[in-house]
Amino acid sequence: MKPALCLLALLPLLAAAQSPPAAKLLPAQSEIVFTSRQMGVPVEGRFRKFDARVAFDPRQPETGRVTLTVDLASVAMGAAESEAEVAKPGWFDTKAFPQASFQSSAIKAVGGGRFEMSGKFTLKGQSRDLTVPVTLAQAGGQSVASGSFVVKRLDFRIGDGDWSDTSLVANDVQVRFKLALSGLPAP
Amino acid sequence: MNPSPRYTRTAIALHWLLALMILVSFGVGLYMADLPVSPQRLKLFSWHKWAGIVILTLSALRLLWRLTHRPPPDLPMPRWQQRAAHLTHRLMYGLFFAVPLVGWAYSSAAGFPVVVFGLLPLPDFVPADKALAEAIEPWHGALAWMLMGLVAVHVGAALKHQFFDRDGLLSRMKPT
Repeated sequence: MKPALCLLALLPLLAAAQSPPAAKLLPAQSEIVFTSRQMGVPVEGRFRKFDARVAFDPRQPETGRVTLTVDLASVAMGAAESEAEVAKPGWFDTKAFPQASFQSSAIKAVGGGRFEMSGKFTLKGQSRDLTVPVTLAQAGGQSVASGSFVVKRLDFRIGDGDWSDTSLVANDVQVRFKLALSGLPAP
Repeated sequence: MNPSPRYTRTAIALHWLLALMILVSFGVGLYMADLPVSPQRLKLFSWHKWAGIVILTLSALRLLWRLTHRPPPDLPMPRWQQRAAHLTHRLMYGLFFAVPLVGWAYSSAAGFPVVVFGLLPLPDFVPADKALAEAIEPWHGALAWMLMGLVAVHVGAALKHQFFDRDGLLSRMKPT
């Protein structure tokens, strides 16, 4: 066999070594919560159903890939009328856009178990670049990735028409996430 | 007829200001309760809550003023009428506090803390709890209706003094 062919035969092995193993999301210990402000009053909601595909090695963060999908119909706001309202076309338009997603494009370590994850955030058919700070805490084979970021709701036509007045509902929506994962390599 | 002593200027100002605020808040409260979710409803609920907190605060000042400034003495009238008048006043003062406090508790229990004028967050003195909110809600309305019943008695009695007894009682509370 020619040396070049030998190298080619080794390529899959090399690739396997470089691509980090897939971690598993533990939904029961994970949460995605958002806080909007209605005439100054913080109103909290959360999503009951979401999924994450995570392939990430804390020692080689740049090789990591994270995809997160959130079922918007699973929103819980503590009041049935709020949940019905937010599914309407003026808000999430859940029928037409059932999911929001985040697809990472670059992950960078910033030290102390903290990372900066950049990627594409898609909500209601609009995609925007987003950089999210993530803190990773690992103990006993379980890892918890947490962080928060701000979504400008009007960038995604969330609450347009009558509700676009930001003195009624603030443009900034704080999103907080905590994703518990198993199978992430130790740092 | 001798001019009878009047309430103090502060007492008169608080009386009419609170009368107006309470009547408007009651009307808004009745109207907004069954509105569907809309910007209009959000505004009315917020204004109603802010007004309630202002009413609560002014009522506290009013009570302090009342306790430190003797009101004019009773005009001559049957003893039962004096008693009824004082009882009505006491019950109304109680409800000036009870109605907004129960409304505040209802808002907290429903998961919407009160933020006065959208700026000043008030503490929750009950936890956010759907069942508790449902238990509290009818009380806010019932107490408000009770207050309106007493207001009707109070206004009716004042008008009786004005037009039947013609004893000048109303002039004691007339804004100048």
